[in-house]
Amino acid sequence: MTQSIVVQVGQCGNQIGCRFWDLALREHAAINKHGVYDEPLSSFFRNVDSRYDDPANIPVGGGKGKVKALKARAVLVDMEEGVVSEMMKGPLREVFDFRQHITDVSGSGNNWAVGHKMYGPQYREQLSDVIRRAAEFCDCLQCFFLIHSMGGGTGSGVGTYILNLLEEEYPDVYRFVTSVYPSAEDDVVTSPYNSVLAMRELTEHADCVLPVENQALVDIVNKISQALPPTKTGKRTYTSVLGSEAKQGSAISGGDGGVVKGKNERPFDTMNNIVANLLLNLTSSARFEGSLNVDLNEITMNLVPFPRLHYLVSSQTPLYALADINLPPRRLDQMFSDAFSRDNQLIRADPKHSLYLACALMVRGSVELSDIRRNIDRLKQQLHFIHWNTEGWKTGLCSVAPVGQPYSLLTLANNTCVSNSFTDLRQRFTRLYKRKAHIHHYTHVDGMEVGDFADSLESLDSIVAEYSELQQQMDRPPPSQPRLKVVT
Amino acid sequence: MSVITLQLGQCGNQVGGQFFTSIMDDLHAPLTAINMSKQANNDYIQESQETFFCEQKNSSVPEARAVMVDMETKAISQTVTEAKRTGRWVYPERQQLHQKRGSGNNWAHGFCLHGPVVREAVLDMVQREAEKCDRLGGFLSLLSLAGGTGSGVGAYVSEMLREEFPQAFMVNQVVWPYRTGEVIVQNYNAVLTLSHLYQTADAIVVMENDELHKICSQLLSIKRIAFRDINRVICHKLTSFLQPAQPVETRTGYGKELGSKLQLLVPHPDHKLLTIRNIPQVSDRAMEFSTFQWTGLLKHLRQMLIASAPMEEGINWQVKVEETPRGSSRHNRSLAASLVLRGKDVQSADPSIFRDPSLYSSWTSADIGLSVSTQPRSFCGYEKCAALISNSRSVVQPLDHILEKAWNMFASRAYVHQYVKHGMSEEDFLDAFVTLEQVVSSYKSL
Repeated sequence: MTQSIVVQVGQCGNQIGCRFWDLALREHAAINKHGVYDEPLSSFFRNVDSRYDDPANIPVGGGKGKVKALKARAVLVDMEEGVVSEMMKGPLREVFDFRQHITDVSGSGNNWAVGHKMYGPQYREQLSDVIRRAAEFCDCLQCFFLIHSMGGGTGSGVGTYILNLLEEEYPDVYRFVTSVYPSAEDDVVTSPYNSVLAMRELTEHADCVLPVENQALVDIVNKISQALPPTKTGKRTYTSVLGSEAKQGSAISGGDGGVVKGKNERPFDTMNNIVANLLLNLTSSARFEGSLNVDLNEITMNLVPFPRLHYLVSSQTPLYALADINLPPRRLDQMFSDAFSRDNQLIRADPKHSLYLACALMVRGSVELSDIRRNIDRLKQQLHFIHWNTEGWKTGLCSVAPVGQPYSLLTLANNTCVSNSFTDLRQRFTRLYKRKAHIHHYTHVDGMEVGDFADSLESLDSIVAEYSELQQQMDRPPPSQPRLKVVT
Repeated sequence: MSVITLQLGQCGNQVGGQFFTSIMDDLHAPLTAINMSKQANNDYIQESQETFFCEQKNSSVPEARAVMVDMETKAISQTVTEAKRTGRWVYPERQQLHQKRGSGNNWAHGFCLHGPVVREAVLDMVQREAEKCDRLGGFLSLLSLAGGTGSGVGAYVSEMLREEFPQAFMVNQVVWPYRTGEVIVQNYNAVLTLSHLYQTADAIVVMENDELHKICSQLLSIKRIAFRDINRVICHKLTSFLQPAQPVETRTGYGKELGSKLQLLVPHPDHKLLTIRNIPQVSDRAMEFSTFQWTGLLKHLRQMLIASAPMEEGINWQVKVEETPRGSSRHNRSLAASLVLRGKDVQSADPSIFRDPSLYSSWTSADIGLSVSTQPRSFCGYEKCAALISNSRSVVQPLDHILEKAWNMFASRAYVHQYVKHGMSEEDFLDAFVTLEQVVSSYKSL
């Protein structure tokens, strides 16, 4: 079994990370009833003997030993103290190793350059040490999960700096990045700059990026709250067992979430839970048993046909478990249909009307092979696949369902619709850039050049161009190359 | 004579587990159900057990002659536990090799990286297993074409076995992926695997998931089909071929051992792809109400062969055997075929309709092309059943499909960088395409 390390950077990254660890613990507690430190648990947690000052690692061994104290394989980075120190005092404090976090006091001032060009080099050694320490606890490190936001300064700047560092020091370990993109009404004026500057780094140095749009999360949360009758609490993932609270003033959005319900829930919690569940569902098949396992390296292998086009649009269904479980089996098929509707995508895009390069279905729970095959046959008629990959489906079947649900589906799609989000971002970027607004805040930072803006824009343009070139093949596939002839 | 089974990758291990369980189910069938004397039954059991199992010193439960290889741990540990749970057989200890990290559906990762790393360890295991055999008859490798480990490491291990055991017979049972929905790069992986296996294996037994799926739904009436159902059908096919049966004639080189079976089925190194057709295949419920006659069974089986149908349901009866020049016949022509008949009154079955020369290529005569074996013992609850293993043109269609898809993808160079990363080159792809285009062309000309 392999291990993964979560690197959570900035306010948003840490808040999502916090929800992730909470839900991950809940998931393992539900499955692992005897509190045994087994292999699935070892992929994200260490088992330690906490009687010592520097807790000693207890290996998995035969997978029969009891859990003593779990420590998350996490690295917490923020350039302010608030969120991280809150977490260190909160209900999850036992899970985090106090040696595994790096904070500063003054913040990055919503400036990518401060994060990337100033704090990055300044903290390089510390970052490298902390990550190395986490890596040395793993006996087969397969993957880094970087969680950050694109709009702020720390998440985008330091986050992408760490991405470079990981590539340099661990070239064989996969780098999955979950990036929260700001909405158009974001209260950070410079967020388009930060996002575009960060995007260049993601394009060059990540193996796989799962973009998540703030606005899409808001929409999904709204949809959920509308669908649920106020008295019933059928929804599963949006309540916390530990009741840990997220702090307000999240970097992911300036209060336009506006979905407050329940007593202890904050709107950002529900949104962050969606992202946390994305990571749990993504890794479920690598952690638990199933008749068709999907290891993490298979995701990039199957979904990334060209190295730079590694942005995957994701959706999760069902959004909520209905209270009445005696609904017809049609519900299972509905889950598959919903996964392809624009309402359930984690970015605001419509994959159905764009071109698929590849698509993965990661199924959990009581779903059989024939259910998947039936739905693929049904769905593929409504979807457009690129001419050289008309059968571009990858499936995973994990037998362990999410907590409180019979089954679930995560789809990951490499679809040209992702470039619409990039074009939107580009527009917001050029609106500022035309007037050279705020640029001096960036160029003040040592090592930041005006040229970085142009270069990042060019990188973004080339991605958009590559996608649109493929998109054009949707209606007009190029003539096929004749096959090799055998001389007889 | 003994056969060592190599289980490679997740699919290979799952199929392997089912394979030994299927054999044991057959051997443990109650005397009332098998139409055979106790003494004769004991001989059958002994022959089969000696081939696929060896006795343990301190236990009455036999041990499979198996070597398990996978790059990740889950599939192997699951299979080992399930085997133990049957109470009828176990896997040998210390004959499992796994790494921590899978091959990630990447053939190059399996072949170029994992292969050399595990070489010594796999060879040690195989040698340990070989030392337990009085006489080693050959190797049966189980793998899928789609993934990275079974296909990549499998191709590497086959090459290694060929080098280390140049005299041994090697059969590779390959599971052909569904046309859609398993692994996106499956056609690349399949092309690369098949082109390598073609250089090393004596025979390649092809199992197509799409056809197995149809058998499950249409013949066996399974509502929600899972991989274990598919694997059960695969193993039914394999065991119907490999369980003991007596050759009808005794010509030179015609024995009941794996090697001689293969020599007859693969008379030419350009043609190594075998398919297995079975009749009847019905659900347990339907079995009670069914009776079969040899004449009817063989007539259907023959039509399945010439119409190139995977099962008796929905065969095209319009296809007729015609005398036509090479490469132009409408019916499916074979190079060689082996008919295995099991069950009641097997002596009365008349296989002569399979001796029609027009069924075979012009350069194999029907009396060399067809071999027949019989076994009076009932098989898997069927009072009478027949299996036809054939080396025929029907493999062209799936092979051509995979080549077409892989070539289209390759023309756009999609995913190629993932293979180049692990040390392959575009030329390696081209070589594989050339090899398989040749295979397609030589089968088409039958």
